[in-house]
Amino acid sequence: MKISLLAFGIAKEIFNSGKLDFEIPSETPTVDMLRNQLEATFPEIKKLSSYMIAIDNEYASGNDQIRENNEIAIIPPVSGG
Amino acid sequence: MIDVKISGFPLDEAACIAKATDPACGGMLVFRGIVRNKTKSKKIVRLEYECYPSMALKELKKIANDVIRLWDVKNVVIHHRTGILNISEIAVIIVVSAPHRQAAFEGCQYAIDTLKKTVPIWKKEVFDDGEEWVSAHA
Repeated sequence: MKISLLAFGIAKEIFNSGKLDFEIPSETPTVDMLRNQLEATFPEIKKLSSYMIAIDNEYASGNDQIRENNEIAIIPPVSGG
Repeated sequence: MIDVKISGFPLDEAACIAKATDPACGGMLVFRGIVRNKTKSKKIVRLEYECYPSMALKELKKIANDVIRLWDVKNVVIHHRTGILNISEIAVIIVVSAPHRQAAFEGCQYAIDTLKKTVPIWKKEVFDDGEEWVSAHA
């Protein structure tokens, strides 16, 4: 499935873009599949202390399904305040 | 009443206090998060904040609603700034008002502690000789 990713903070620098088209080799991808594929394509992301994936503005867990038209965002460790 | 906002412009503290002013509330806490001049021992030149606006607003609303749900608090205002901030500028203002002070103290502490953990806002520290996204690496 082809998805569009939003990236922020250091993730934006790792991807060299705040928005990225990305292919996951599955028709029913999960968040964990996206993580694996991302880490294979951008090994730098594994050096982060952690990172989350958000689906439609909510933190997602590993088994959550990604569907077409979801808004997917890569959330590196937050540091507001 | 809750009021959350993310702004690229200097925050208006008087407006935040006015929004949380309530004749039923005898205690009001105003927390300001301010840009410090150093981190550990390194001198900071400025901070650069970035955010995921739609999700950040959603998470800020959750925090404000939780404060009202978990404590006897009537009003929560959280305004966060983004963009380039210089030393001593205000990055975040949280105002919590409650009938009694204890709930206001505890609710305000919860709000800033949770904001730092859950709200998708990021800051980069800029030094004389480089820069670093805060908390990105262990």
